[in-house]
Amino acid sequence: MSIEILLNFGLLVFLVAVALALAGMRHLFPVAMLTGLYSLLSASLFTLLAAPDVALTEAAVGAGVTTVLFLATFGLTRAREKPVKTSRRAIGLAVTATTGAILVYASLDMPRFGAADTPVQTHPLRHKYLVAEQHEIDVPNTVTAVLAGYRGYDTLGETAVVFTAGLGVLILLGRGRRTKRSDEA
Amino acid sequence: MREHTVLRVVAQLIIPPILIFALYVQFHGDYSPGGGFQAGVILASAIILYGLIFGVEAARAAIPPRALRIGASLGVLIYGGTGVATMAAGGNFLEYGVLTHDPVHGQHYGLLIVEFGVGVTVASIMIAIFYVFAGRGRVKGREE
Amino acid sequence: MSAFLTGTVPGLFNYWVVIALMMIGFYTVIAHDNLVKKLIGLNVFQTSVFILYISMGYIHGATAPILTGGPASDHAVYAHPLPQVLILTAIVVGVSTTALGLALIVRIHEAYGSTEEDEVLAADFVTQEAEQAKEAARSRAAKAAEPHAPGGGDDGAEHDHERDQDHDYNYDHERDRRR
Repeated sequence: MSIEILLNFGLLVFLVAVALALAGMRHLFPVAMLTGLYSLLSASLFTLLAAPDVALTEAAVGAGVTTVLFLATFGLTRAREKPVKTSRRAIGLAVTATTGAILVYASLDMPRFGAADTPVQTHPLRHKYLVAEQHEIDVPNTVTAVLAGYRGYDTLGETAVVFTAGLGVLILLGRGRRTKRSDEA
Repeated sequence: MREHTVLRVVAQLIIPPILIFALYVQFHGDYSPGGGFQAGVILASAIILYGLIFGVEAARAAIPPRALRIGASLGVLIYGGTGVATMAAGGNFLEYGVLTHDPVHGQHYGLLIVEFGVGVTVASIMIAIFYVFAGRGRVKGREE
Repeated sequence: MSAFLTGTVPGLFNYWVVIALMMIGFYTVIAHDNLVKKLIGLNVFQTSVFILYISMGYIHGATAPILTGGPASDHAVYAHPLPQVLILTAIVVGVSTTALGLALIVRIHEAYGSTEEDEVLAADFVTQEAEQAKEAARSRAAKAAEPHAPGGGDDGAEHDHERDQDHDYNYDHERDRRR
């Protein structure tokens, strides 16, 4: 059992524990803090799985932006959640358990984690993005080369999505809170 | 939070390195993990930290919302404009190779320019969202 | 049994944890009433999908897909860059939709006074019933005020496009009465 496997195992178990706490807690300010912790744990997991770009993005986004937004929202709305009705809880658990069982059954066919002969790793795109990229784009960071070079059109769409979401937030919350309800037809 | 001396001093010490790190991540995205998105969000984190410690009004005075609106649109325009420029130079949309004499050099320049556009947009939008959320409910009837 | 423990479990543990996180997020979305909790459940769901993709792109002993150059890079095993690119996009889009969802929740709270879904829906039904009662009362008053109006069922000055139902009801009634 190498240290990588142990770290992998530990981080995943902690992730599940934090997710359970996120679902169960009704006092919402600690929940905001736990989302920051969740993001940190997943960023560590991404670093372990040889994805530093993704880890950098997840850490900056999760700890820097999302946590602050959740805190601001809890400050503007209610900070406590009402308890879940028992009927809803039972139905939710039933649906979730069934779906989870089906997914676990399907996962038994998946190629083993970390193997080098999976369909993902033997696809010819791997050669294109890692070897041919040296001659076509010649940029050491292959993730940036793929993101802005080979898949640049998707990144343009993504930038437009960020812009549109920001526009939406500005339209929704850009003006101060109205005091009268009657002009909100 | 201005009264908390430790928070204020540490924030004053650490915000400039965060800003420089954001610039580093932006322009070294070709050689190390990084790129436009990471740099934009790190820059926004620095400004959000400033806003949390010293107040949203101080952050608004430092980076006015009008500049953010211009910055957000400018980033998308830079990205799309690069595509249009490559079309004007005779290639396809976003075919960076036609930007210079050498196709590989053109790819380098294209990558740098579009990542800069992405970084500007992401930073502006994240800071603008923070302003709008943090300034809500305190001042009534205030226009952005 | 030992083959299961040493072969299957390490090989599939990542995916089982992904499924567990997915189901926790799914349960939070469908069972909790609080709108912000639903958003948090959605975030947990999203992150589990990220872990799925990054796990699929990993090889044992792989390093980050940043070409180091020189003779060492020929023998190095790199992780696949494509899932990382997809997840980078997905993370940024995820935070954008979360921010927009939170803005909507703030406005909902300001309009309804609550962020619990059942209270918001109940307030909506109350408002809808009140509006229907008001419309029925108004059409009754308009019909009582002008009993023999020629030219079919014009409801008077306030005719909205939304009130077409009301308009049709009046029109048929007038025509039936004239027959």
